[in-house]
Amino acid sequence: MELTPVDTDGRLRISGPCTVATAPGSTDLARHLLRDTAHNRITIDLSGLTHLDTVGAIWLRRLSALAAENDRELQLGDVPESLADFAATIRLASVSGPPADPQLKPGLLDRLGERAYEGVKAVMSFLYLASDLTWASVSALVDRKGVRPGTFVEQAIRVGADGLSIVAVILFLLGGVSTLQAAAQLRQFGANVLVADLLAIGITRELGPLMTAIMVAGRSGSAFAAEIATMKFTEEVDALRTMAIDPLRLVAVPKMWAMLLTVPLLTVLANFIGLAGGTLTGVLSLDISPSTFINRVQNALLLKDILTGLVKSVSFAWIITVVSVFRGLRFRGGAAGVGEATTSSVVTAIFAIIVLDLTWGMLFYLR
Amino acid sequence: MSNPVVTDAVVEVRDLQVAYGVDAPPVLEAVNLTVGRGDMTCIVGGSGCGKSTLLKSVIGLVPPRSGEVRLLGEPIHGLIETERDALLMRVGVMFQYGAMLGSMTVGENVGLPLQMHTDADAGLVDDVVAVWLERVGLSGAADKLPSELSGGMRKRAALARAMALEPEILFCDEPGAGLDPITGAGIDHLLLSLNERQGTAVVVVTHELLSIERLDGRLVMLDDGRVVFDGTAREARENERDDLHLFFNPG
Repeated sequence: MELTPVDTDGRLRISGPCTVATAPGSTDLARHLLRDTAHNRITIDLSGLTHLDTVGAIWLRRLSALAAENDRELQLGDVPESLADFAATIRLASVSGPPADPQLKPGLLDRLGERAYEGVKAVMSFLYLASDLTWASVSALVDRKGVRPGTFVEQAIRVGADGLSIVAVILFLLGGVSTLQAAAQLRQFGANVLVADLLAIGITRELGPLMTAIMVAGRSGSAFAAEIATMKFTEEVDALRTMAIDPLRLVAVPKMWAMLLTVPLLTVLANFIGLAGGTLTGVLSLDISPSTFINRVQNALLLKDILTGLVKSVSFAWIITVVSVFRGLRFRGGAAGVGEATTSSVVTAIFAIIVLDLTWGMLFYLR
Repeated sequence: MSNPVVTDAVVEVRDLQVAYGVDAPPVLEAVNLTVGRGDMTCIVGGSGCGKSTLLKSVIGLVPPRSGEVRLLGEPIHGLIETERDALLMRVGVMFQYGAMLGSMTVGENVGLPLQMHTDADAGLVDDVVAVWLERVGLSGAADKLPSELSGGMRKRAALARAMALEPEILFCDEPGAGLDPITGAGIDHLLLSLNERQGTAVVVVTHELLSIERLDGRLVMLDDGRVVFDGTAREARENERDDLHLFFNPG
């Protein structure tokens, strides 16, 4: 493609093939030629064009914008007759003249305001859902209408029994790691034997409930969010609504019940396994006899520690369910949206668990 | 455009405007529509003209920006939850891809409305499910999961579920979409049978000519969010409007 500088009549001649192979590489030259002229009104002479394809035609349309950069007005001339039909399909002629005013893009404050508004709306929706789901879970204990028999047991097995092995393995290993880390510090003061006290308190107050909840959020919370998001994608949630069936009661309430029952049970188990892992590591590596270790664990443990751990685990189960149902119901888009709902469910749930954990810590232990 | 006089209306739509978002342009603008008891009505139009949005607004899933929707005489968007649920129990909806609950068997899906809204015991629910599955040609599929069925079978199962509570009005969103011509015809014959034998008002959203011909009911055409024709299929075919002519003679 050849571009001839603007002549005395204000005509810029473009000749040869204007195609995907030639046009994109000529943009800089066209910009220079449109700038380095005294004419404010330029006519593009296209009579010498030999070939035109879609990219070439769109490139010609975009010359108006290039001319406008230098306050030039541009008029596209007629293409040769042999190319006229094709040029008409791309509506080449209709874009001559000055380009339309670009739409105003929202500024930083607009975007911040919009994000803040969306954020407030999301928080309000979350609070509405949390209260609706909590109420539905409580009222369904009395009036089972809308809850399918058997789904609670099915969910409890999925959350509790199926998640038991991974929780047990992780807590066993974590108990061992905690013992070794505590011993490394306490050895400096000749207080190796206090490892058992530290382990008992650490596992029952913190690590047991927290790690169990994080694992349940990753394993079951994500599955809940993916299931509900997929149900929205396939219009199952809409179908339930048109059948006058509350999706919260049918789908979410059994999940809430299952979580509230099984997470505390998993936490109790996690506490035992964590203590067992720590005890075994202590006995094998710290030269403390099993009976001494177990006695110290028993003496260090207070009922309050176990109960606060259980209270925490109930609240963690509640927040995991609410977050995963919320993320599932907020699903937008296609397959990628399901993935996004799943990921955001896990991230939000873990964040919420840690915030709740801190809140409980301040309530129970801040003096 | 003729405006049929409907005496006993099951659907009344007045000046309906719907938009997805506060600042979004409306998908439907000033739509007026009335469907009578026992009518067979096809809502037609090209892709993106607002057919499915109209259906979703009529069944209460998409709230209007302005205007009114009355379903079986009740303003569906102005009802409290219990009233709306009571109303929806008199309505059946068949979604475009069936919307069968993937975690339940076909039998459980079809029996779900009975299980949730009636005092029918398990034996009665099973018998009703068996009869409906037989009517839609799915005998023996009760224990299968929806994922084990073909697209056409899933739609027939969805039709059985939509009819389980013997609704007064049945809405179908693109019943023939994605199906081979024979399966699509089978679904249309089922809809005709429900309409003629049980007097169920049927509202079908479709853009399939063959289906429109077979159902041979009243035809409401939407274009760009507005009703541009309301009459019989024959009147539509004989109408001189360019969009109608193009719709019936796409070649």
